[in-house]
Amino acid sequence: MKPAPFAYYAPTTLDEALSLLSEHGYDAKVLAGGQSLVPMMNFRIAQPAVLVDINNIPDLAYINAEEGGVRVGALTRHHQSETSPVMARHAPLIYSTMPKIAYPQVRTRGTFGGSLSHADPSAELPTLTTTLDAKFRLVSQCGERWVSAREFFLGLYTTALEPDEILIEGFVPELPPRSGWSLQEVNRRKHDFALAGVAAVLTLDESGICQDARLVFLSVGDHPMYAERASNLLKGQALTPEAIRAATELATTEEIDPGDDIHATADFRRHLAKTLCQRAIEQAHQRAQGKQ
Amino acid sequence: MEATTQKIELSVTVNGTRYERAIEPRMLLSDFLRHEIELTGTHVGCEHGVCGACSVLMDGEPVRSCLMFAVQTQGHEITTVEGLGAVDALSPVQQAFHEAHGLQCGFCTPGILTTVTAFLETNPNPSEEEVREAISGNLCRCTGYQHIVDAVLLAAKKKQAS
Ligand SMILES: Cc1cc2nc3c(=O)[nH]c(=O)nc-3n(C[C@H](O)[C@H](O)[C@H](O)COP(=O)(O)OP(=O)(O)OC[C@H]3O[C@@H](n4cnc5c(N)ncnc54)[C@H](O)[C@@H]3O)c2cc1C
Ligand code: FES
Ligand code: FES
Repeated sequence: MKPAPFAYYAPTTLDEALSLLSEHGYDAKVLAGGQSLVPMMNFRIAQPAVLVDINNIPDLAYINAEEGGVRVGALTRHHQSETSPVMARHAPLIYSTMPKIAYPQVRTRGTFGGSLSHADPSAELPTLTTTLDAKFRLVSQCGERWVSAREFFLGLYTTALEPDEILIEGFVPELPPRSGWSLQEVNRRKHDFALAGVAAVLTLDESGICQDARLVFLSVGDHPMYAERASNLLKGQALTPEAIRAATELATTEEIDPGDDIHATADFRRHLAKTLCQRAIEQAHQRAQGKQ
Repeated sequence: MEATTQKIELSVTVNGTRYERAIEPRMLLSDFLRHEIELTGTHVGCEHGVCGACSVLMDGEPVRSCLMFAVQTQGHEITTVEGLGAVDALSPVQQAFHEAHGLQCGFCTPGILTTVTAFLETNPNPSEEEVREAISGNLCRCTGYQHIVDAVLLAAKKKQAS
């Protein structure tokens, strides 16, 4: 058999799951959609001694509209997000990106909470939630806390989650009026993990001046790379081609950290990031002006 | 608690038949189907989620059987390619693959047939682009996909006619 042996628990309540995690600490892993964990176990890169399968805990899969945003349960499958009218209306950036994530059979299992907790720097959801300034509710036997996306993703496959915590849900704020968004990425084959990508959100004031901006890159660093200085550079500006070029230049020369691997060199990724960043700002700008 | 090879009782319905087996938790669903209940129609290629050969339906939805543990299917219904039709009574999708030459070696075919069967349930009248999206998670080394796409479009027509 491919994976190493483990003890399997399928709790039907959150309390039970939290107590198992607290008992087994670093030996235990949560099993959500299994679309990242099981491949790693098949390769034996991951050999958890205990698996706590959260799929039988009811009421962890939902997409609910709320005052100011949308609340997404940890066990919400990618397929649910991809087909949810609530997501389309309140978080169109996430909704429109879902079909780019993996394949239909992976999206029927893969979950919102799993993708965030796994924190693959090439995954889309960590970058999108950072761009949208989402926050996550982490629960353990000792209590709960909300952590903002920007403070949640700490490094390569590393998050603020403690071993006894479960990410229960996320809250994704809705964009204010006169906002636009975009996700741009390049993949070797459609649906593959991106070689480089960037998400942009912009909000304009009534005269069309950029009021707020966030640019966050994927696959060009250990975690979602928030280009804070470049984002700030856009604020207070009319988004002329020069302003867009300047922010793109700053972001892609100083605020990303691409690496080499068998798929692409660091230089190539930087080159892609630059072209994509410019396109993302332009598209977000168009949308903010109601042109798309 | 230590890692364990202790077996767990599993009761699962596959193609309408109830199976009860004691298995180790680490047994993948794909291995369960092939080795435990000897339904070798489900193929395994990569065993890490990329190729799609192992795709089966769980409660009607397509999933990678190499990325699930068999114990997770407790109480669920699995459909494999064997459950779609029989040699002398092919399902509309199988019949269409036969007629449109939707396969050559057949390695990828079970995963594609199960996936397409579920897809046509939710999208009975797909465009070519939608068909290509639907089978994007299934690698085929032989056909170049053209005849597979033709077969899916033909299957949609057949299903609508019937
Ligand atoms: C072939 C293939 C292609 C893919 N392509 C893409 C892609 O292009 N883009 C992309 O973004 N993703 C891609 N994925 C990954 C996919 O989106 C996964 O579903 C996702 O990364 C992990 O979610 P999961 O629910 O399957 O998590 P699991 O695999 O179950 O878990 C992943 C990790 O998170 C932990 N965990 C899970 N849920 C929680 C929780 N609620 N609280 C605390 N810890 C938790 C687990 O312990 C584990 O360490 C791909 C996967 C495959 C197999
Ligand atoms: S064997 Fe399961 S996807 Fe390749
Ligand atoms: S027919 Fe041979 S792999 Fe598809």
